[in-house]
Amino acid sequence: MPINFRHDVDQAFKNAQSQNKGVLLDFSAAPM
Amino acid sequence: MWPDERIVRFVNEHFLPARVHVKEDPQAFKQYSERYNAPWTPTILELDANGVEHHRIEGFLPADELLAQLMLGRARMAFQQKQWAEAERRFREIVERLPNTDAAAEALYWAGVAPYKATGDPASLQETARAFGQRYRDSTWAKKASVWR
Repeated sequence: MPINFRHDVDQAFKNAQSQNKGVLLDFSAAPM
Repeated sequence: MWPDERIVRFVNEHFLPARVHVKEDPQAFKQYSERYNAPWTPTILELDANGVEHHRIEGFLPADELLAQLMLGRARMAFQQKQWAEAERRFREIVERLPNTDAAAEALYWAGVAPYKATGDPASLQETARAFGQRYRDSTWAKKASVWR
């Protein structure tokens, strides 16, 4: 199972608040 | 080292993971790298839901080291939110599960600080200083704890 990275960062913060979780923000240059 | 199953499980369980890619979405990368002062890749930030940064991991790490750093960030989050017992539990989990990582010595140090912050009793600091006499003796964290003897 992969990590389900979101690409809408602001939405990730909104979801984190409702789910009482932190946000892991990955700045990446890895091949997609 | 994202394919590691332990890391995938840890991230999906505890975080909303988001990615900005320097080539795939350069506009978003510029926006967020400037906001968080993160011009290099790979950089991983552990933030609370309000956008406050609690831990930063810069550069590639092998799986065990990355998992330990991610756990350290989550423990720091509890510590900085003054959840002392939970912070101590998370720091000790790093020492127990990943004792050979660079993060383990730092985790041992903060695992001693957390109960002191909760109670004001220096016994946990003294105990931690003694523990550094047995392990991680050459680490910076052992030097920092030496004043507690």
